[in-house]
Amino acid sequence: MSITTKDVEHVANLARLELSDSEKSQFTEQLNAILKYAEKLNSLDTDNVEPTSHVLPITNVMREDEERPSLPIEKVLLNAPDEEDGQIKVPAVLE
Amino acid sequence: MSEPNKYETVVGLEVHVELHTNSKIFCGCSTAFGAPPNTHTCPICLGHPGVLPVLNRQAVEYAMKAAMAINCQIADVSKFDRKNYFYPDSPKAYQISQYDQPIGENGWIDIEVNGETKRIGITRLHLEEDAGKLTHVDGGYASLVDFNRVGTPLIEIVSEPDIRTPEEAKAYLEKLKAIMQYCDVSDVKMEEGSLRCDANISLRPYGQKEFGTRAELKNMNSFRGVQRGLEYEQFRQAEILDSGGEVVQETRRFDDTLGKSFSMRGKEEAHDYRYFPDPDLVRLHISEEWKESIRSTIPELPDARKARYTADYSLPSYDAEVITSSKKLADFFEESLSYTKDAKAVSNWIMGDLLGYLNANGQEITDVKITGQGLGEMIGLLEKGTISGKIAKTVFKAMLETGKLPQQIVEEQGLVQISDEGAILSIVNQIVEANPQSVEDYRAGKEKAIGFLVGQIMKETKGKANPALVNKLLLERLK
Repeated sequence: MSITTKDVEHVANLARLELSDSEKSQFTEQLNAILKYAEKLNSLDTDNVEPTSHVLPITNVMREDEERPSLPIEKVLLNAPDEEDGQIKVPAVLE
Repeated sequence: MSEPNKYETVVGLEVHVELHTNSKIFCGCSTAFGAPPNTHTCPICLGHPGVLPVLNRQAVEYAMKAAMAINCQIADVSKFDRKNYFYPDSPKAYQISQYDQPIGENGWIDIEVNGETKRIGITRLHLEEDAGKLTHVDGGYASLVDFNRVGTPLIEIVSEPDIRTPEEAKAYLEKLKAIMQYCDVSDVKMEEGSLRCDANISLRPYGQKEFGTRAELKNMNSFRGVQRGLEYEQFRQAEILDSGGEVVQETRRFDDTLGKSFSMRGKEEAHDYRYFPDPDLVRLHISEEWKESIRSTIPELPDARKARYTADYSLPSYDAEVITSSKKLADFFEESLSYTKDAKAVSNWIMGDLLGYLNANGQEITDVKITGQGLGEMIGLLEKGTISGKIAKTVFKAMLETGKLPQQIVEEQGLVQISDEGAILSIVNQIVEANPQSVEDYRAGKEKAIGFLVGQIMKETKGKANPALVNKLLLERLK
């Protein structure tokens, strides 16, 4: 399995990233190197290993349905690029 | 205009239902509706780095209950996945949802349209978190984001493409809403967004097996809106097909005011959500024991109640369907029956005066003050002849507005029916003497003249005279 420049462009587009041509070839190369490294896993014999979606042998971690205090609004807005009337103001994304 | 019945319509619905837990699905923030913007948020639902979401047990149990109520098989193992997309309503840039191991699969519900029962398949029911709310400002150049709704637990219910008409779509939604309401897992208020619906619709020539190209219809804000949106889309696609064109697979927004749908552009790539298992959330193992403990909490559902009403009270199927479509209405019906044996009369008052009043005012049974006891006792007063049918209408209206019991209303307003022959006879004499022309007309063979005289007598007694007695005494007087 290898990654093409087209794949990088597609993923960059989905991630809203604008890449230069040199970045595209750089990331294509790097991503392929990462995949190649991960391919080493294929050399392991997993015939008797159950597939899993999680590495921890833990299931059913849940909390009771109890309300807890929220963050004060001043703190919520600390990371906002801009605000108006307690709301976070962002450039419009047109549908 | 396309000739009718040329194309078969195929509809599948995706319904989102907000679960009414106290706290959000992965954090302890309140889910209450209507708080000042962003005051129900914390590092977890705001998607700050390094936080750990922990699943709300109640949300899982509500989802299981809802899935069982629509006859789904409940998974033995379920898990959560990240659905990746960039939009300002999602602070993490992914939504925690369920991809290939939903809570429930392969269910169904029965709907009734034009007196016929039809089974609609349910593909799946999965659990996920809601997104935030955007308000567009500055002439559309900026958006204000309120993250209060982020993390509210949702179930998404996906139907099979079994729906064939806009009416069936509406009936499906009404039945789904009723089931969720009976199960008490959601407020299911479309106007508050606790029930939302998207529709996939395509057309195909009758007899063709393959589905046509579908459009996804969004932004329908009421059951009526869903029906109208689908009717418009049916028409639009038929016109395209008739003129030899091809329907484009796209998402369309329905504008309820204009009654038209519009293409939402630029979303072609948005469907590449790159789902993967959420590493922050461990798997869910649902034991038989857990399933049974939830199954035992499911109350009698609308279909079962409907069957009971038609069997035990001989209600017409349609009346039973309407009354059981709302749990509150069905409870009201049953409360009335603790005070009168005449189920048919209770049903008639509900179907006629009560629903007429509620529909005219855009209200629900919980918005008016009348009690089942009030209606039951009023029917008792009618049976005893204490009040006439006409007075009952007045009493009923007063009960809707004040919630008082009928006996009290009758006493306060002096509405007791006059059944005293002497009292009625004196009024009969008075009216007959005051209207010699009508009397003459009647005696000359104009039967209709008697109606005028009866009307005058009822007017004189403010509708309180016993109508049967009035008729009897008037006819005797005119002989």
